[in-house]
Amino acid sequence: MFFTERQQIERDVEMLVAVYGRERSALISILQDIQRKHRHVSEYAMQVIAHMLDIHPVEVYSVVSFYQFLSDTPAGRYVISLSDCIAHSKAQKDAVARQLETELGIRFGETSADGRFSLKRVGCIGMCDQGPVIRVNGRIYSEVSADRVGALISDCVADTLPGGACDIRESGPGDAGSGESSL
Amino acid sequence: MKSSVVSKLTFSTIPVDAGLHAATGMSLEDIVETVRESGLRGRGGGAFSVGRKWEVARGVRSDRKYVICNAAEGEPGSFKDRAILSGYAPLVFEGMTIAALAVGATRGIIYLRAEYAYMLGHLESVLAARRKAGLLGKQVAGNPRFNFDIRIQIGEGAYVCGQETALIEFLEGHRGEPRNRPPYPAVSGYRGAPTVVHNVETWAWVTCVMAKGAKWFHDLGTPKSPGMKLFSVSGDCSRPGVYEFQLGLSVAELLRVVGGEDAQGVQVGGASGRMVPRSQFGRKIAYEDLPYGGAVIILGENRDMLEVAHNYLKFFTSESCGQCTPCREGTRKLLDGVERLRNGRCSSAYLDQLISLGESIQAASKCGLGQSSPQAFLSIVAHYRGKLMGRKLVDDAR
Repeated sequence: MFFTERQQIERDVEMLVAVYGRERSALISILQDIQRKHRHVSEYAMQVIAHMLDIHPVEVYSVVSFYQFLSDTPAGRYVISLSDCIAHSKAQKDAVARQLETELGIRFGETSADGRFSLKRVGCIGMCDQGPVIRVNGRIYSEVSADRVGALISDCVADTLPGGACDIRESGPGDAGSGESSL
Repeated sequence: MKSSVVSKLTFSTIPVDAGLHAATGMSLEDIVETVRESGLRGRGGGAFSVGRKWEVARGVRSDRKYVICNAAEGEPGSFKDRAILSGYAPLVFEGMTIAALAVGATRGIIYLRAEYAYMLGHLESVLAARRKAGLLGKQVAGNPRFNFDIRIQIGEGAYVCGQETALIEFLEGHRGEPRNRPPYPAVSGYRGAPTVVHNVETWAWVTCVMAKGAKWFHDLGTPKSPGMKLFSVSGDCSRPGVYEFQLGLSVAELLRVVGGEDAQGVQVGGASGRMVPRSQFGRKIAYEDLPYGGAVIILGENRDMLEVAHNYLKFFTSESCGQCTPCREGTRKLLDGVERLRNGRCSSAYLDQLISLGESIQAASKCGLGQSSPQAFLSIVAHYRGKLMGRKLVDDAR
């Protein structure tokens, strides 16, 4: 059966409300799941959620606009974030940044025209001892060098990484979990 | 990703469930008293007495109480909590269970920063194993009146959610804006119920204290800063990673161990901490001298301290929650000032005004994050002023 985008959103929100409930504290979990599935929380989705939780849509917007990982505009299928942690060598970080822009043909803060890649600079992501560090969706790459950036992007193109804006990538126990790789 | 743990940690020597086992053999008052006697203080940076928090939460009558593990670890330069969660998660959950028993909580929540979501599978499997072993769920550890379980809530990216009341706002479905205190969360926290919030590392130490006794912990460190502490060491040194030290060691000693003797300065406490210049490397890392959050960033000879100030202020301008003016507008003005310095366009008089603005932000901001936001800038200006002025003129075509 074919659903319009709006019908799909309504179905998704209804399903999530059934799981998380209608209390205000359910809002974050609902937004997280919508963001992960649709790669953004559209204005329409905010209205549907607000209606279901019986709060004003602007309340939902105020939450979406507050948090870094929630967004009202669609991000690329692969969000590539470079950590701007001061502990990392500036020269190495700059080289990786330059190479990322060259390989993708976009600047930091932009999304590629085909909607495949977004490039972002982010604050410290807790990998200060192993820089430079890149995060692609939920996966973390440590000790990245400029000459390996091309291979990393090929990985994405070949779809060996989980797509979507999914921020959750499960891994096994310990620091050597499958959600983390070293380039 | 390689393991970050470099030194041997006490956590690796604690027998499984020795802490919870010891606690179940005590009266509830004695559990709280043991934690209080150990002198353990919050290891996230707030440094509030752990025993005192429990005492307060225990004293409030309520049919619902919560314990929360703060795994926001948003402080730039800090990664010890990541190492603890990936290597010693059972100690953290055990500590939460002990507190739940002592204060009468039935539910625990772990706030896990989104960047650490890759650990979710691992953490869920540890929780599942504990449920299976009867250490979580109904009648925990064979105690017919003790029901307690823990769930994990992934964050959505906000530094300010490391502040305990902002974290609670997030969990309740709101913007992560810190609340006015009092009431403190131990009295009225998550959904208005008494809530004990501690950092990941604090929870693990709780378990160690229960397993090895209050005296063992209290005899280590200094009289005013008992015990050990994990440090995230990064930057220009030969052996970065997670280290455990007794409190009271000097910056110079730390630098020797990690191979960073050539530093021109050390940022102690992450972005919200302060820059310690070489002339002060004899100072001790302890509550009574150099307070810390556990993040130590070493800046070598070739670093431009202005870039460090710029990096931290840029961070604070984007992470300010925006509800109070000194932090929201003040940090922007300081960042603009650093850019003027960088472009060779800052007079001495204007720099003095920036210093005075920084002091106002410290005095007038609502929460600890706002209050500490100008600290790195102020300490860098105080110790490296000569290196910041007189830069080559740059036309700022912004």
